[in-house]
Amino acid sequence: MSLFGFLKSRSTAPVARERLQILLAHERVALGPRDLVAILRDELIATIARHIEFDPEKLSVKMERSSSVSTLEIDVEIPRDKIAAEGPGCAPRGQASAA
Amino acid sequence: MGKVIVVTSGKGGVGKTTSTASIGAALAQTGQRVCVVDFDVGLRNLDLVLGAERRVVYDFINVAQGDAKLAQALIRDKRVSTLHLLAASQTRDKDALTDEGVERVIRELRRSFDWVICDSPAGIERGAVLAMRFADQAIVVTNPEISSVRDSDRIIGILDSKTQRAERGERVDKQLLLTRFDPGRSSRGEMLAVADVLDILSIPLLGVIPESEEILRASNLGAPVTINGSVSMAGRAYREAARRLAGETVPVVIPGEKRTLLNRLFGRRAA
Repeated sequence: MSLFGFLKSRSTAPVARERLQILLAHERVALGPRDLVAILRDELIATIARHIEFDPEKLSVKMERSSSVSTLEIDVEIPRDKIAAEGPGCAPRGQASAA
Repeated sequence: MGKVIVVTSGKGGVGKTTSTASIGAALAQTGQRVCVVDFDVGLRNLDLVLGAERRVVYDFINVAQGDAKLAQALIRDKRVSTLHLLAASQTRDKDALTDEGVERVIRELRRSFDWVICDSPAGIERGAVLAMRFADQAIVVTNPEISSVRDSDRIIGILDSKTQRAERGERVDKQLLLTRFDPGRSSRGEMLAVADVLDILSIPLLGVIPESEEILRASNLGAPVTINGSVSMAGRAYREAARRLAGETVPVVIPGEKRTLLNRLFGRRAA
């Protein structure tokens, strides 16, 4: 046991947290676009939930990739009454595949 | 139809099997039908932790390959009658499990049980991916330690890409179970705090299981802490985690920390 060990801070958790945050920021980027769909799904749910009450299970996000073009397909099912309750200016459009 | 849960972590030795057995037993004790399934082919241990190691006749692979009926392979717990075990094969290779075989067994289990809890092997290879493949929800078991947190982050990415639900564009709910937590060391800054791990992994918290001598005692005896009659903190934490899993609102009280994590837990869930 070194004499100076006694003086050194025993608080190592902040170092662990910082190392992890830096490392994972890199690793998440390196992991690439598969995660993108999950991130999009979570952010879409949060955005929609701020305005309309809906079941997150009824939201589907798909990404198809091909050599020339990629498509992002977002399908949200919203109960009819939730849309009607929003009042004028928010008339239900064709997209809401109401149950 | 029952819910399929995978207990996963990436890293080995963090408490997947203990957590599967403890939470499974706690849920079963409330009268719900629970089947815990060991996916660790060649290194099965769930039977041992549940004290059923001498009762395994047929295993998962026998059922997946059609050599045995599911009912023949299920082992009913002697203490909690609604708790069942489907053991992994100890002698076969994990390549004996196919996607189709696993899907068929899981579908059948889903019909007969309220909860199907899959104990994943460590790693990110085929066995771990098969264990999570058909899950609706995941419990990510993590120790407050850097290598475990890193591996959990990796497994969260895999849950978001390689599960059937992810491929269909649906969501796999992921919850964090922080195990082997030492409140004293954490408060002295020697161990990552619960909030640190939550910030880094950004998934909702299912529970915090304190480091406890009771865990080893329980596995020595083959009786999970939630049903062995002990009044340990770990047993209580596992029972509460099981109630949260079932949808109850139970505040997370971290020993040594004054404020509850209720707001954090549900704030995140809404997001």
